Amino acid sequence: MGKVITITSGKGGVGKSTTSANIALGLALAGKKCVAIDLDIGLRNLDMILGLENRIVYDVVNIVENAAKINQALIRDKRTENLYLIAAAQTRDKSAVKPEQIVKLTQDLKEEFDYIILDSPAGIEGGFKNAMIPADEVFIVTTPEISSIRDADRVVGILEANEKKNIKLIINRVNPLLIKNGDMLSKDDVLQILGIPLIGIVPEDKNIISYTNMGEPSVLHKDSPSGKAYFNIVRRILGDNVEFTEIKEDKKGFLQTLFSFFKD
Amino acid sequence: MGLLDFFTKRRDSANIAKDRLQIILAHERQLNSAPFVEDLRKDLIAVISKYVKIDPSRIDVKLERDSHFEVLEINIPLH
Repeated sequence: MGKVITITSGKGGVGKSTTSANIALGLALAGKKCVAIDLDIGLRNLDMILGLENRIVYDVVNIVENAAKINQALIRDKRTENLYLIAAAQTRDKSAVKPEQIVKLTQDLKEEFDYIILDSPAGIEGGFKNAMIPADEVFIVTTPEISSIRDADRVVGILEANEKKNIKLIINRVNPLLIKNGDMLSKDDVLQILGIPLIGIVPEDKNIISYTNMGEPSVLHKDSPSGKAYFNIVRRILGDNVEFTEIKEDKKGFLQTLFSFFKD
Repeated sequence: MGLLDFFTKRRDSANIAKDRLQIILAHERQLNSAPFVEDLRKDLIAVISKYVKIDPSRIDVKLERDSHFEVLEINIPLH
């Protein structure tokens, strides 16, 4: 019986779809049968991050409206036979799907898949509810910035009001140099403010823009800082006890600091 | 960076962010767990203003929850 993990955030642009893509592909590369569903109806994006945009025929709205069978809308990944995508509809809006329909869809998918990753839209309205209601587990993505943390707290409140107890936090775009200079909230600060358990810390990684350009999530680049961080999240999902190490500046960062010191 | 700045301890912006967040979130968590508090506050302002002059911004309505009891605390400073 599979498990539904919903990736959400409240605030937009904090890396929900990138996180969903990496966790889904990471779990698939670790041998788990996985399906990622883009629930941002009308603003389809997960397909491009995964590099699967040219293969879409049917989408999630076609399934819930019985215009397509689930198997017709499952898009198989090019790199692993363990990963499938169900794309969001691009010509409809959030109201085209109701939470009960996603509950039914995920129940059917649980028979065949180990993990179902739901990529939630930003906000706390209908689209978010479609992603929240079916969740067995919810990962909230936040960056160490006030707007993102405040919105994350609001989402935690709504999840708790809906009896969702299995909530974990991913802190994204952590910049160790800024933390060292006292200009970015640290991991411990964020945890103290939000009071929910951590499942991952992802460093700010300039490579992600080019990985997204190419449709190749970080987990395909195993030596990249973000790729390593996403693999650690995958291992924790699978039950490994992976320590949370403080993210360190890389050597280049240190030299840059030294040069900027002389420039000043 | 001047020598003086080096010795006078600047307050980190991260600490300021943390303090601001902790205050606003405590307030918002309460509002969201008891949405009627905000309506009650507005009604109180309307009723009391009919009889005495008050500063609406100083009216404080709080719902404190404990494991044993709940306390509704209303503070209305008069001029």
